[in-house]
Amino acid sequence: MKKALVVDDDEDFLFQEKKALEALGYSVETAGGRMEAMAKLENYKPDLALIDLMMEEKDSGFVLAHHIKKIKPAIPVILVTAVTSETGIQFDMDSQGAHRWINADAMLVKPVRVEQLKTAIEKVMA
Amino acid sequence: MKNTALTLWIVDDEPAMCQGVLRVLEDFRVVFDDLGETVNYKVASMESGEAFLEKLDSGQSPDLLLLDGKLPGKDGIEVLSLMGKKRQQIVTVMITAYATLANAVSATKLGAFDFLAKPFTPAELRHAITRATREIILTRRARRLEQEKRQVRFEFLSVLAHELKSPLAALEGYVDILRMEPETDCLDRMSARINGMRKLIIDLLDLTAIESGRRPRNLLDEDIVAVAGHVVTNNAQAAKAGGITVNVTGETVCIMKADRSELEMLLGNLISNAIKYNVNGGRVTVNISEQPGKVVLSVADTGIGIAKEDQARLFGEFARIKNSRTKGIEGSGLGLSIVSRIVGLYGASIALTSEADSGSSFVITFPCLAQDT
Repeated sequence: MKKALVVDDDEDFLFQEKKALEALGYSVETAGGRMEAMAKLENYKPDLALIDLMMEEKDSGFVLAHHIKKIKPAIPVILVTAVTSETGIQFDMDSQGAHRWINADAMLVKPVRVEQLKTAIEKVMA
Repeated sequence: MKNTALTLWIVDDEPAMCQGVLRVLEDFRVVFDDLGETVNYKVASMESGEAFLEKLDSGQSPDLLLLDGKLPGKDGIEVLSLMGKKRQQIVTVMITAYATLANAVSATKLGAFDFLAKPFTPAELRHAITRATREIILTRRARRLEQEKRQVRFEFLSVLAHELKSPLAALEGYVDILRMEPETDCLDRMSARINGMRKLIIDLLDLTAIESGRRPRNLLDEDIVAVAGHVVTNNAQAAKAGGITVNVTGETVCIMKADRSELEMLLGNLISNAIKYNVNGGRVTVNISEQPGKVVLSVADTGIGIAKEDQARLFGEFARIKNSRTKGIEGSGLGLSIVSRIVGLYGASIALTSEADSGSSFVITFPCLAQDT
């Protein structure tokens, strides 16, 4: 069974993302923030990471994604965020500029529907 | 003191008049002590209404206009009527040798602010300019204030929209999950989100009712001790869930002129906060004491406390303190905002003493409650 790490400070989304991933056949480990996730990653090697962007700090997700790509470059990382509706900042993951500094394979806008998550996972795991 | 330079144009066909005005206003400075502003003028003159309108068309315009009523070609009244939208932005003082009532009425209808009858003395000119300048400053300030209010309203609405959207998004997510796996146990979570959203809407209604001043106040002799007891009973379940003891101490009866539902809102918010932000097995003490000319209410808890840097913004809207200790605690972020508004209605004061990890104490002092507030 493939393993997924889900990191989000919102308990509802954490619960929902876990359920959705389980339905897609993953065993899921959760963390409520960047620090907790980093601690878990010391002896846990997921096949996929789903990370909220704004947690303890506004850019916790970027920092965590960077950390994962540094220690385990092969793990696909999906960033999940409500940053655009909360701050108006837009990220275009398809642009070359964004790819240079955002260490993630995909970015999804909250609220994420199960179907969207499924499509994104298929894309990054391919 | 703030220094402002205003542009003043004089439109008059008599060169002597223009020169006279230029001379009088050359080093003229108005000091508005009450407004904290000093004003000086950059003066220019034009000999005809056409020349003035041409300048307006080219995008230039003065803050203050001295406009002669009797001009060759287009006269003063005609010029005023042709100024279009600019009329509202320029404070105009009409100069005329024919200071008749009819003239004054038509000029005022067209937006002239004042009249100066020819011949006038330098003192009369300075006086008219001073009056017009005060008008300019006050209008600008009112406009700025309106702008700021709009900004605050907009920010409030955008945060509110976000706060309303979040629980909906969470509920939508649960519905998705239930569709996928009808057996999933998430009904309690859904209920919690619905209750949170309802509390937000109720708080919002309370806040806007108080803020608009439209809520009828029913000031009667109320026993604040009894109201506190009632509110404690209403919160008993939440207290029990956290193993928290709530006591009402001090007076056994304390009558004050108050609106009962306002007291309930005030005590309700303070007591439910004291329970919510407490530690397991903690205490909440509501104390009411009657002192000469005042009633002092305090709500103290043994909870997680509020860090110094967070205390200042605590009473603002949606000022929820987010840290690891407050994680998972539900709240609309409007409770203390409502409290501070009610405190204001009674001319009361509120003081907070708190330290992180050792609890908070809110003390409200109601003045002179023997008389009507």
